[in-house]
Amino acid sequence: MRVLVKNSRIIDASQNLDKIGDIFIESGKIKNVGKNISPNADKIIEASGKIAIPGLVDMHVHLREPGREDKETIESGTLAAAKGGITSVLAMPNTEPAIDCIDSVERVKEIIKKNAKVNVFIAAAITKNRAGREVTEVKKLKNHGVLAVTDDGSSVDDTDIMHRALCAAAKEKILVICHCEDKKLSALGQVNKGFTSTRMGLRGISKESEYNRIKRDIDLAAKTGSRIHIAHVSCRESVEIIAKAKKRGIPVTAETAPHYFSFDESEIWGFDTNKKMNPPLRCADDVLSLKQALAEGVIDAVASDHAPHTENEKDVEFDKAAFGVTGLETELSACIKLVEEGLLDWLQLTRLIAYNPASILGINKGSLRPGSDADIVLVDADKKWRVTRDGFVSKSKNSCFIGKTLRGVVECTILNGQIIYKNESIPG
Amino acid sequence: MGLERLSKAEIETILSTAASFKEVSTREIKKVPALRGKTVVNLFYEPSTRTRMSFEVAAKRLSADVINVAIETSSVRKGETLIDTGRNIEALKADIIVMRHSSSGAAAILAKKVNANVVNAGDGWHEHPTQALLDIFTLKEKTGKIKGLKVCIIGDIAHSRVARSNIWGLTKLGAEVTVCAPRLLIPPEIEKMGVKVSDDADKAIKGVDAVNVLRMQFERDEETAFPQRLEYFKNFGITRERLSKAGTSIIVMHPGPINRGVEISSEVADGASSVILEQVTNGIAVRMAVLFLVAGGEKKKT
Repeated sequence: MRVLVKNSRIIDASQNLDKIGDIFIESGKIKNVGKNISPNADKIIEASGKIAIPGLVDMHVHLREPGREDKETIESGTLAAAKGGITSVLAMPNTEPAIDCIDSVERVKEIIKKNAKVNVFIAAAITKNRAGREVTEVKKLKNHGVLAVTDDGSSVDDTDIMHRALCAAAKEKILVICHCEDKKLSALGQVNKGFTSTRMGLRGISKESEYNRIKRDIDLAAKTGSRIHIAHVSCRESVEIIAKAKKRGIPVTAETAPHYFSFDESEIWGFDTNKKMNPPLRCADDVLSLKQALAEGVIDAVASDHAPHTENEKDVEFDKAAFGVTGLETELSACIKLVEEGLLDWLQLTRLIAYNPASILGINKGSLRPGSDADIVLVDADKKWRVTRDGFVSKSKNSCFIGKTLRGVVECTILNGQIIYKNESIPG
Repeated sequence: MGLERLSKAEIETILSTAASFKEVSTREIKKVPALRGKTVVNLFYEPSTRTRMSFEVAAKRLSADVINVAIETSSVRKGETLIDTGRNIEALKADIIVMRHSSSGAAAILAKKVNANVVNAGDGWHEHPTQALLDIFTLKEKTGKIKGLKVCIIGDIAHSRVARSNIWGLTKLGAEVTVCAPRLLIPPEIEKMGVKVSDDADKAIKGVDAVNVLRMQFERDEETAFPQRLEYFKNFGITRERLSKAGTSIIVMHPGPINRGVEISSEVADGASSVILEQVTNGIAVRMAVLFLVAGGEKKKT
């Protein structure tokens, strides 16, 4: 099968490319990118006026299967990803049971093979049952295709065990993703500690609970040489610690999620449980700092931290409501806003949402170089859409963007040269 | 839901409506037909005597039908969610749900899901708007104005919904508010709500027009932030001696129930400067006003 995507504005950070042209796809791979390349194609996709970028690589996604199929399944989550222009996801291991051994990895792989609509890569737990007590068999996990280890949702509290885990990870050269939270400081907290927790009359989650743990994990990375990646960075202090560590040459990368740079804490003052997540929305100054960090490359990637929950778990008292928001279907539009604001150009954007996360995970994605897998998204960057509860493909509706108008619509998602999602309005 | 969301004009409307309702309670037949045919449900998830009674009396003096839902005997014990309980009450064609709940934001969350009017009778540490309104009403009655008044709120500010509602209400009406407590009972960045902060009781009440004394909620001792009772009384307790050093004719308020000898001495609580029982009486007028305005107008939330 040969496919020609014609006349789009092609943007690809891996080649520093931003020009109008055609993309020729053969046998699921990108064959050629250029102007007026008109080889015989079986299918032509006319894409003038659209932007073509590499399919997004979202390195922080909770697909909930196995165990919580009422929230999301590998099938529903990857359908949502396709609609959001995301062609590769890293699935977090905090399922029920946790993905912490090769048996569970193999079982998940089977479901992926059967039901996944986009590429699903697997992160496994770093300790057994994510209990923070016994390090998993990192070597075996890696041999079975696991790309990273993490207890995401919790941090490994015991420094000695984290040290051991990083030693094992360093030996196997596998990435460790760190959910940085000192539960002793954040226990029972609901919202950002400070003016927000005070005015809402709720317990707070301090920034210290995040950045103290980032400090610890960076120290351990420096000591062990293990590659670490800091998940969902939410505040200025964390950004500064990461920037310093990078300057010292410590092998650390970091991500933030769209909600942290799209909203500040005032968004939650109306007690909307769909805006409750952990870490919580922070101050306006933190939002500013995250944006700068994205522009300057201190934060390497944007990841959704897609955390689906049922309405039963959200339609309750604020302090009883589950933490987490969905994000697969709004990630790209939220990022396009940064281009609109003049903070990033499109090349920087594709680096943050595709090329960098692919490089961090060591996968042949996030690029439109000839020879890469033909995972491409066609975007109408100017078209506006209103986010509604009923518009989601995900099984869960707990988005903090409901009611907002966003710019940038995914018109078409191509995976290995095949169209897997098409917005109704695109002809052909 | 709270005074945070009300404008200065809305607060003033409630206060002036309350003033006209106050007279009703002095009549021989203490009843007006303003809410005849309306149903008010008191949904109390937390123990409360005075607020529940006050709302009940207020509703009855407006001729509404009142139902008290006692949570111990209800299906909440069987696992029913807040919103389902609310919808069931609404299905009984209740016009107003008066809710007390231990979770901050509970009234706001329920109000979004039901069409009945929801009146917040206290939610967690968040707000207790009718208490603050009656405090402000009482102050205004005593001094004739709120603008420019100096008010000190003293006690467990961190866990106090009364403090938060008073802060919003008083600052909107132009009062100068100081909050005073041992440092661990002052929540972070509260000065951003427009108040001064102090941990020295004598300095904080120096020259004030009124002091609103909060109950030390020793039952919430999970955070070990609470000082010893006697030590608290010594440093923060409102005594005649402390008051006389601070100034003359300082009005003493307390939302109740009071802990004599902990946050306030008996002689002050029962003394001439205390308006504690007048607050209780005024509470009825203020709650009548709130129920009347809520049921009388469009769907509106207080």
